[in-house]
Amino acid sequence: MSQAAVAESAGPRTRFHWSRINPKHLIIFLITLILVLGEWRYAILGGYERLVATLGSCMLTEAALSRLLRGRRASLSSAYISGISLALLLKPQSGLLWPFWLGGFLAIASKYVIVYRGRHLWNPSNFAIGVLVLLAPGTVAILSHQWGNEIATNAVIWGVGLVVAGRARVLHVTLAYLAAFVVLSALRSAITGAPLMAEIAPVTGPMYQLFIFFMITDPRTTVSTRRGRMLVAVLVALVETAIRLAGDAGIAWLTPLYYSPPILALFFVGPVAMWWDLRRRARREAAPA
Amino acid sequence: MRRIAVGVLFAAAFAAVAFLGRPAGSSEVEAADLGFHLDEVAARRGVDFRHHKTTLDPRLENVAPHVAGVGASVAVTDFDGDGWNDLYFTSSRFGTPNGLFHNRGDGRFESVAADVGLADLNREGIGVSMGSVWADYDGDGREDAFVYGWGFQRLFRNVDGTAFEDVSERAGVRVWMNSNAAIWLDYDRDGRLDLYVAGYFRDDVDMWHLESTRIMQNSFEFATNGGANRLFHGLPDGTFEDVTGRAGVGSTRWTLAVASADFDGDGWPDLYLANDYGPEELYLNRGDGTFELAGDVGLADDSKSGMSVSLGDVHNRGRLDVFVTNISERGYLFQGNNLRLNFLAESDGFQNVARGIVADAGWAWGAQFGDLDNDGFQDLFVTNGFISADRQRDYWYGMSKVAGAHGAIFEDAGNWPPIGEASLSGFERSRLLLRRGEFVDVAQAAGVEDELDGRGVAFADLENRGVLDVIVANQDGPALVYRNEVGSGGHWIQLALEGRAANRSAIGAEAVVEFGEARQRQVVSGGMGFASQSQRRLHFGLGAATRVDRVTIRWPSGTEQVIESPAIDRLHRVVEPAADTP
Repeated sequence: MSQAAVAESAGPRTRFHWSRINPKHLIIFLITLILVLGEWRYAILGGYERLVATLGSCMLTEAALSRLLRGRRASLSSAYISGISLALLLKPQSGLLWPFWLGGFLAIASKYVIVYRGRHLWNPSNFAIGVLVLLAPGTVAILSHQWGNEIATNAVIWGVGLVVAGRARVLHVTLAYLAAFVVLSALRSAITGAPLMAEIAPVTGPMYQLFIFFMITDPRTTVSTRRGRMLVAVLVALVETAIRLAGDAGIAWLTPLYYSPPILALFFVGPVAMWWDLRRRARREAAPA
Repeated sequence: MRRIAVGVLFAAAFAAVAFLGRPAGSSEVEAADLGFHLDEVAARRGVDFRHHKTTLDPRLENVAPHVAGVGASVAVTDFDGDGWNDLYFTSSRFGTPNGLFHNRGDGRFESVAADVGLADLNREGIGVSMGSVWADYDGDGREDAFVYGWGFQRLFRNVDGTAFEDVSERAGVRVWMNSNAAIWLDYDRDGRLDLYVAGYFRDDVDMWHLESTRIMQNSFEFATNGGANRLFHGLPDGTFEDVTGRAGVGSTRWTLAVASADFDGDGWPDLYLANDYGPEELYLNRGDGTFELAGDVGLADDSKSGMSVSLGDVHNRGRLDVFVTNISERGYLFQGNNLRLNFLAESDGFQNVARGIVADAGWAWGAQFGDLDNDGFQDLFVTNGFISADRQRDYWYGMSKVAGAHGAIFEDAGNWPPIGEASLSGFERSRLLLRRGEFVDVAQAAGVEDELDGRGVAFADLENRGVLDVIVANQDGPALVYRNEVGSGGHWIQLALEGRAANRSAIGAEAVVEFGEARQRQVVSGGMGFASQSQRRLHFGLGAATRVDRVTIRWPSGTEQVIESPAIDRLHRVVEPAADTP
């Protein structure tokens, strides 16, 4: 075989093109990047034992339940994403590790236990955080840190995040949510009289970056149509705004929702949208041609 | 069947979250089992003082309760040298007086601040008080006062125990800072006291005449845009020289509290800083007039909201451990207080062992170690609560909007949501963490039930009875004096140390008292906690021990003095021996 022939035959197999990378691997790369940058620059984890606990719990649960209930070896990639998300987002009282162990278990187990028409309804991390914050607010809170003030760190995460979201074909979800958030921020500012920047401020923090790149865009827990996904993202922003306005009004009995408005908005809206979408699709498939 | 088993496990995990997620609560200790009780007696004893918060530039109206949430301080001093502890409180509003309460020795106090010239300190163009630290800086045997605050810092020389002279300008310390902390120390061990003054808001900010509202922290975790800290070196002629740059201790983090002691056992006093919006900092004294920021002792990565730093010997190991208060709020934030055991000698680091009630004390401010029940172990008193306003309105949600955002947004106070009449971690009660093996909160059983916004807290034996009483300065509220009634059984010993040369206050001296299996170390402090200074003399509870084996005193000069088998249940006045005296 000539060199030219070798090059010709080898070229298509060895030449790198990023579009060939599995989107899930890009998401794994992005969340790992956030973990590394956040820990290197800002010690965002609060202790490596937390990472070990959540990753260990998520992966063990995934492996065990997949074998036990589905009789097959599981891919651990989604457990890895959930584990890192939880390690980054959960900020419990000092010295407590159980929220990481139990959070990891609840996140992954929810995929196997709360199932409708063969699909789980909640994003695993969102489910675990929602349960922990609602049931144990006396000892568990979520990430409220920021990335400091370095433009570079923010730019890297936003830049890579947007590229990955585009490659994973979920950029429309991210942008729909962001647009809705900004418009509704202006609305809240007009209603409450609070500075506009105070209303927009939350979206500049790392908690929101994790939310818009990993939670609300989770392909496994988003509805089937592009328009539907955008609608759900707007609905999440609307429910979040309702929570935020209630927070501004100081409605006491809704206090547990104020701890994390976007995550809890998705916690309530996401599964309802999934259930409705799955039911609609099932009816359509069952309908006579 | 497998699916059912997994479902049961899943449900059990829910139950476990609800069970394990219960917040740490008060212990069930009954008052009768405590062996001591605290009675609030301020009004009855003549300590009638109320702190007033500062006014601010109108452009800060939306965050005024937050920004003006400090300034209530307490310092214990014996300004007239009569052997009875007196009390000095600061107020922070223009035109309101600071309070000096002279201990008459009969259980009552009399207000003498105006008589001695220490009342009318809060004036427009000058500034407002945020706290005071006392020491005999000129070696004349009388306690002088350094009053720090927002505006010009001020030094008052004690003339004769009946009057104070403002020597700030002459001494070279009349500098404009926005300070919430200061301590006396002798960092170069030259026998003369030095001053370390911490900046909070930037020095170029006049809080009543702002040029810009971009005065806030630029990060909630890593802010370095606060006022620079300054080290003033005491000179023989009674003046001070700013040696901050040379010494390398000009941190621009938002320092709220400072303590000094020899943490690494090299004989030189180090500096430990509790910084708001940032990690704690330990400056190790190199012994050549410079300090080194300790980078590998486990502090840099643990960024919180340090409010107060207190030193105590938690396990009677002969070490000074560190307690730093922080913020915890249900659902929103669990920074947790830090109780750092000092293992610098073994492993170059600290071990944070704060858990449960020690870690979560609400929005914690001042704290002090002291043996309140004379059982031989030091206890912790922690004041709590930030803004108690409308009980029905809470600012935590409002603050959470900006707290996680990019610093460029919340650095501008104008971008903060208006706080209005809302509370922010308001109506929290103080914690009294008693050593019962682990720390348990016995505040309510002991009689501490107020829900005022505590800031400074100091311990002092106000009636020379061999017990520690508790004095609390409350923000925009009345000062409290808790008289300690200790039951019989617990023995004690007190040491009043007097140094030679100019540092007659013996600040920096460390004493180790050995009794039974215990070796308890304490340091003579030039200010400790948040906006607080406890009594100068050292108080050691001895529990059931009927003898003290040995007291070892290491004076700031380096002289070591050993006292064998001193009598217990009494105060010992110890003068530093000459260098060649064994």
